[in-house]
Amino acid sequence: MNRITERLYNGIVKENPTFVQMLGMCPTLAVTSTAINGLGMGLATTVVLTMSNLLISALRKVIPDKVRIPAFITIIASFVTIVSFIMQAYTPELYDSLGVFISLIVVNCIILGRAEAYASSHPVIPSIFDGLGMGLGFTLGLTLIGILRELLGAGTVFGVTVTKELWNPIAIFTSNPGAFFVLAFIVAGINAFAIRKAKKKGEKPKLRRIDTCAGCTNMACQGRKFCGEEAEGTVSAVKDQVKKTEVKKAEVEKAEVEKTEVKKAEVKKDENEKVEAEKAEVKKAEVKKAEVKKAEVKKAEVKKAEVKKAEVKKTENKVKSVDGKAAKAAAGSGKNEEKKAPEKSAETPKKPSKKTGKDGE
Amino acid sequence: MMNIFLFAISAALVNNVVLVQFQGLCPFLGVSKNTKTAAGMGGAVIFVMTLANTVTSVIYYYVLVPLGIEYLNTIAFILIIAGLVQFVEMFLKKKIPTLYRALGVYLPLITTNCAVLGIAISSVQDELSVGMSILNGFFSAVGFAISITILASIREKMERNNIPKAFQGGPIILIAAGLMALAFQGFSGLM
Repeated sequence: MNRITERLYNGIVKENPTFVQMLGMCPTLAVTSTAINGLGMGLATTVVLTMSNLLISALRKVIPDKVRIPAFITIIASFVTIVSFIMQAYTPELYDSLGVFISLIVVNCIILGRAEAYASSHPVIPSIFDGLGMGLGFTLGLTLIGILRELLGAGTVFGVTVTKELWNPIAIFTSNPGAFFVLAFIVAGINAFAIRKAKKKGEKPKLRRIDTCAGCTNMACQGRKFCGEEAEGTVSAVKDQVKKTEVKKAEVEKAEVEKTEVKKAEVKKDENEKVEAEKAEVKKAEVKKAEVKKAEVKKAEVKKAEVKKAEVKKTENKVKSVDGKAAKAAAGSGKNEEKKAPEKSAETPKKPSKKTGKDGE
Repeated sequence: MMNIFLFAISAALVNNVVLVQFQGLCPFLGVSKNTKTAAGMGGAVIFVMTLANTVTSVIYYYVLVPLGIEYLNTIAFILIIAGLVQFVEMFLKKKIPTLYRALGVYLPLITTNCAVLGIAISSVQDELSVGMSILNGFFSAVGFAISITILASIREKMERNNIPKAFQGGPIILIAAGLMALAFQGFSGLM
């Protein structure tokens, strides 16, 4: 018994879905243009919430964990269909004025939220009263907002004239923008109260935040992790993941490219080395030739000891002549460059003169 | 042609899905912190809503109506939409990674966006043909994208303002949204 009253108190006051948790904003804003609409919507949601909590709690050991969300959705949608039939039969006016929002009870965050948070892990009786408490809390919220809007916008409450004849009602409060304004001031009032209370205690105030959208339904996003600030967190997290995978891919690609480059480089190095070796060989060729010749000379010395002096003189002469040719070639190229340079310098001043000539023309 | 133009104006502006019909307020208030994210969300909603309306209207007219079980549309549509979003996410991830990078992040957010289900149900309730309900889904989502981008840019401007502490966070956003709703009411004169 104690547990039952605790559940009801928790739903209606402590964790009131409208004023404390700020859940189910769509119906809260859409159907509260009159008190009777708010009450009807609240009661319809209460019935669905209680019944779905009952069934989900009873089936909690049967439903496999992996498919629980689709199973919950199916159960909730079935009860929504039943409730919409009942309303169509017995309260056709209310059914017409609530319109598509009766079907949209399916995606009301409160219902799936309670199924996930409570009914799927608790026995049947407490789950029923949890659903009842939450539903009545939602009904209370919607009815209060409905009364306020109807009073301000039409001067009536539940269709009974209250202030209509005293002053002109402000029609905007029953229309769409009024819903936003009324809710904004209610939330601001709760915030102001929380700030004052926190100041007395010297704590940091807990502000109601509507933009975090804590419950925002959810089968795929399972409650809250994708909403509001956290949503932007997850958005950035997912983007980071994507980036990371891209970076990894890029790294792998880079690594492959580097490997191939390294291979190419190695090949190039080998080639370069060969080329350098060739160049070096070419450079040293003359020296080598000379050496070879010297070696030959040495061999010749061994073989033809007698003819040594004459051949040695010849090789020396050859080396000298080679050096002499190289020196001449170098000198020749230098002269060529010197010749070219003045030609260029002679050409360059001609161009601007042509241009100036054209300009003159 | 003129009819389609009027229909587009009606779906996107006059009967704006967020500010006039009050559907999809969760992402509207939750994912409108900066313009870039909001535009991404808008794009993803356009994509999913058009696709969802196509599939649900086809299923409704070619499966539910012949079998005489139109009353099951709520159950059928919510399961179709949930499955469709999962499928689209997997498909985009495998086949079109560039599009997945742009929209994929937002897809799980949309699954139970009540606007997707709401527009799908209201198009069959209004007895729109398959073609018209596809257009209805597309233009309603365009209306959503327009309003969420506008709200995000307003919120970006408000960042620098000195807002009373009690109004910070939720209330000031609601008031901005209310003023937008007031402006959107002006569009009803168009029709």
